[in-house]
Amino acid sequence: MSTATLDLPTVTTPTTDNILSLNNIEVIYDHVILVLKGVSLHVPRKGIVAILGANGAGKTTTLKAISNLLKAERGEVTKGSIVFEGERVDRMSPNELVRRGCIQVMEGRHCFGHLSIEENLLTGAFTRRDGNAAIKRDLEKMYELFPRLKQRRNSQAGYTSGGEQQMCAVGRALMSKPKMILLDEPSMGLAPQIVEEIFEIVRRLNAEEDVSFLVAEQNTNMALRYATYGYIMETGRIVMDGEASMLRENEDVKEFYLGVSEGDKKSFREVKSYKRRKRWLS
Amino acid sequence: MSDVAARPAPNLLANGWVKAGLILAGIVAAALIGARLDSSGTLYKIFIDPFDQMAAAPDLLVQTIWEGLVTGVLYALIALGFVLIFKASGVFNFAQGIMVVFSALTLVGLYEMGVPAFLAVILTLGVMFLLAVTIERVVLRPLVNQPDIILFMATFGITYFLIGLGESVFGGNPKQMIAEQLYLPKGAIDLKILGGLVTLQKIDIAAAIIASVMIAALAAFFQYTRIGRALRAVADSHKAALSVGISLNQIWVIVWFTAGIVALITGIMWGARSDVSFALEIVALKALPVLILGGFTSIPGAIIGGLIIGIGEKMGEFYWGPLIGGGIESWLAYFIALGFLLFRPQGLFGDKIIERI
Repeated sequence: MSTATLDLPTVTTPTTDNILSLNNIEVIYDHVILVLKGVSLHVPRKGIVAILGANGAGKTTTLKAISNLLKAERGEVTKGSIVFEGERVDRMSPNELVRRGCIQVMEGRHCFGHLSIEENLLTGAFTRRDGNAAIKRDLEKMYELFPRLKQRRNSQAGYTSGGEQQMCAVGRALMSKPKMILLDEPSMGLAPQIVEEIFEIVRRLNAEEDVSFLVAEQNTNMALRYATYGYIMETGRIVMDGEASMLRENEDVKEFYLGVSEGDKKSFREVKSYKRRKRWLS
Repeated sequence: MSDVAARPAPNLLANGWVKAGLILAGIVAAALIGARLDSSGTLYKIFIDPFDQMAAAPDLLVQTIWEGLVTGVLYALIALGFVLIFKASGVFNFAQGIMVVFSALTLVGLYEMGVPAFLAVILTLGVMFLLAVTIERVVLRPLVNQPDIILFMATFGITYFLIGLGESVFGGNPKQMIAEQLYLPKGAIDLKILGGLVTLQKIDIAAAIIASVMIAALAAFFQYTRIGRALRAVADSHKAALSVGISLNQIWVIVWFTAGIVALITGIMWGARSDVSFALEIVALKALPVLILGGFTSIPGAIIGGLIIGIGEKMGEFYWGPLIGGGIESWLAYFIALGFLLFRPQGLFGDKIIERI
């Protein structure tokens, strides 16, 4: 990629053990609106990778391009390739992709409001063919993972709290026995404690069940605490990437996304952001 | 004390039911008073006389209600087909009525070609499945994500295609339903109740039973099976259903096929009561007021709406029809639906929209 990652130590080595690789993909909505302009990223097996960036940067579109929910919104991957588990998946239907072990948890949760929590979880097992007993076992596992869902198992999902719905959405995705979860904005509209709880579960699933995660987040601080690697997007491009610990310490990231800046830049001229942006985008 | 007084009285009028009830009560009270005041005039004929008749001949009342009930069951079946498709694919399927005619025609046509009756039923089911697959492939899949009105217009196309196909293959003449060959009962039972005779056609009893069984089976299918759950999930949110790996194409085929089965059963029942012809399509349009009454998204709504329209129609025709020279039956349903649109546009049982605050 031409996006020069300047003097940063680049660790984007696409090794063979990447569960997911995006190579220079371009996404166009409605045949005219170019949204992603050549995005490449890699998720190592058993990794937690974060995509960071402001509203409209293209995080959600990137995830939807992978899960192929784009088609339902008249979007299309026009260039590049998406490889999941060594297989091209950019022409596959979401159904086939879930069957292969890659599932998305959409932004804003999207539980089935008129179904009970338990029914919601069970819909997640739609693509499975390993019998009712195995599904029952996994259901119990979900209740162990999210004790709150057990209390509300018979309530209509539409009447549960935002946190419970987010847990329900994650649990529903887990019921498909995924190898990889695309998690879109899990913190949206939730109290900080709940967000923390959800990220803890992500970490636990990653460690115990070897599920890989690709998380799109605006809450940069939280995401970088849990992820191992991060990509920063701006207007449909990746402008920076690196190990999470490195991104946390990076001056530009601090200034743009963490809201901390060192030293005092009092005059507008001293803010070098414009120049930096230009460098990233070139 | 003071803060109790300060709390405003709950505004009962904000509730649509209360408002409608008050208006209705007002009209009835005014009418009754008016009717008593001039005991020979029109008001008397509208508000007092029919009820006197009902009380005087309860057996006639029972007979009327029974006939309304049976028509209502058949309306409910047609409406059920609409609801199934509307919930799962968000398409208002104008072709549901013609699917009833088409399936019945296919059945009778196959029988006339010499296929044994029950084999003909199975073959007709096969044809309905083929139709579902074709519609999904040719119409729904290419038009997915287009505005609703385009899909609605597409179902118009399906309607006229099916009319043409049916006519060219089986001819346009009315046909006799093969009720006897399918072991549907004939004749009538006379019941002595309330000091009079009530005649129940056996085919009507069979229709009511079969419809109830089918509705119960459908309800169980939706509630307890994996596919049923997926169908409800799709009805709730297409996008979320896609995201968990539910294949919309598969669900659409299933739901159109289910609607086809419902259409075939409706066609057999209705055909056995009159005959099989394209005139049935007009009857199918009665499902529209039924849906407005019951709500487009509710299966219980379709059933209860069907019964209300069926019974209301027959009672209106029998007791009030003579006042204006009859013929009420053909438009009363639409009139009732209009009233509902004014006071409860989502219907009796339309989906409550769950919204968190």
